[in-house]
Amino acid sequence: MSFLTQVRYLVYKEMLLEWRSKYALNSILLYVVSTVFVCYQAFRSVDGVVWNALFWIILLFASINAISKSFVQESKGRQLYYYTLVSPHAVIFSKIIYNVVLMLVLSLVAFFFYSVVFRNPLGDPLFYFIAVVLGSISFATVFTMISGISAKANNNGTLMAILSFPVIIPLLIVLIKFSKNAMDGLDRSVSYDEIFVLVAINAIVISVSLLLFPYIWRD
Amino acid sequence: MKSYWWKFLGAAIVLYTIIAGLLGSVPALPILHESIRVVYFHVPMWFAMLLMYLISVVYSIRYLSSGKPEDDFVAVESVNVGVVFCVFGLLSGMLWANITWGDPWPNDPKLNSSAIASLMYLAYLVLRNALDEEQKRGKLAAIYNIFAFPIMLVLLFILPRLTDSLHPGNGGNPGFSGYDMTGSMKWVFRPAALGWMLIGVWIMTLRYRIRKLEYLENEHTQ
Repeated sequence: MSFLTQVRYLVYKEMLLEWRSKYALNSILLYVVSTVFVCYQAFRSVDGVVWNALFWIILLFASINAISKSFVQESKGRQLYYYTLVSPHAVIFSKIIYNVVLMLVLSLVAFFFYSVVFRNPLGDPLFYFIAVVLGSISFATVFTMISGISAKANNNGTLMAILSFPVIIPLLIVLIKFSKNAMDGLDRSVSYDEIFVLVAINAIVISVSLLLFPYIWRD
Repeated sequence: MKSYWWKFLGAAIVLYTIIAGLLGSVPALPILHESIRVVYFHVPMWFAMLLMYLISVVYSIRYLSSGKPEDDFVAVESVNVGVVFCVFGLLSGMLWANITWGDPWPNDPKLNSSAIASLMYLAYLVLRNALDEEQKRGKLAAIYNIFAFPIMLVLLFILPRLTDSLHPGNGGNPGFSGYDMTGSMKWVFRPAALGWMLIGVWIMTLRYRIRKLEYLENEHTQ
C-alpha cells in the first residue's frame, strides 16, 4: 500500500470508530457547551478583551481534553497490529488529520454557541473565522504529538497539561493577538505577520512530528 | 594541561570580567548610571543558557540514533545547568529592571517568553521524573526536547520582534551593534559571554561525570 492509501484507510478507520460510539464527540461537545454556559452565568456581560481571551481559554481546555484520548483508546495489541501493517508516518499523519477535523467541528460549534450566548460585535468576521480555523489546526497538530508522548508515559491527565502548555503558549499569544485585530476590525494587512508565523509554526510542528514519531512508536 | 586548558581560560576570563566589570570605567548615562554594569552579567547568562540548550538538543538527537545512555546524561545535565543560568538571567534582569524601569516584572514580551521557555524545560525535567524505565525515559525525554526546541527558538527570537519590547534588538530598537557600547565595555562584555559559556560547559561535564559514575555503580551492585 502506498503512503496516501495507508493514511486514507487509517483516517477512515478513526472516523468509523468515532461514528459508531459517538462518545468522544458528544462528550466533548457537551463539555464545550456547558463551559460556555458556566462562563455566561459567571460573567453575564464582558468587554472585548475578556470576551476574546475567554473564548481561547475555553477552546484550549476543550481541545486538551479531546486530543489527550487519541492514543489511549486503542489497546497495545492493536497498536502492534498496525505496526506490522503500516508505516509510523502514516499513523501520526492520519491522527493529525483526524484531530484537525475533530478540532474544526469542535471549535466551530464552540464559536457559534459562544457568539450566540455572549453577544459581541466582530469588526471583521471573516478574519476572526480564519483565526478560529488556524487556531484549531494548531491545537490539533501540537497536541497530537504531545498526547503520543504522554500516552507512552501512561499517567495522562497532569503530564499532558504540563507538557503541552509551554509549547502551546507561544501559539496562543499569536492567536489572541490575531483574533483581537480581527475583532477590532483593524486593516487586514496588520495581521499578515501573525498568519505567517502561525503557518510556519504549524509546518515546523508537523515536520518534526513526522521525524520523531517513529521513535515513540518503536517501543 | 593539554585537554583542560579551556577550564583555566574560562575561570580566568570570568575572574577578569568580575574585576574589570565592577571597577572599569563606564560611560555616565542618564537613568542607567552605574547599573549599566549589569550587561556584563545579565546578557552572558542568556548566551550560556542558549549554548546549554543547544548542546542538550544535539545530544538528544544523538541519543535517538545511538541509544547510548551517556548521550542522554549529557542532554539532561545540559538542561539542568541551562535552567540554573536561566534563573540567574531572570534574577539579574529583575534586579536591574526594578532600578531602571521601576518594576521587577514589566509586561515585556522578552521577559514573558523566557519565563515560558523555562517552563518548557522544567516540564522536560518533570517528564523524566514521571518515567521509571531508563531507556523509555531517555527516549521520550529526547523526543520532547527536540520537539520543544524549535518552538523555544520561535518564542525567544521571533515573537518578541513582532511586538514592542524594552529590550535592545526588538520592536524597532537597535541591536547590540547599534548601541555605542564604548571600546572598554566591549572588551569586558565579549570575553564575559565566552567565559560564562566555558564555565557552563565545565559545570555540565562535572555533573555528567558524577552521573555516569553513579550509573556505573548501580550497574555493578545489581
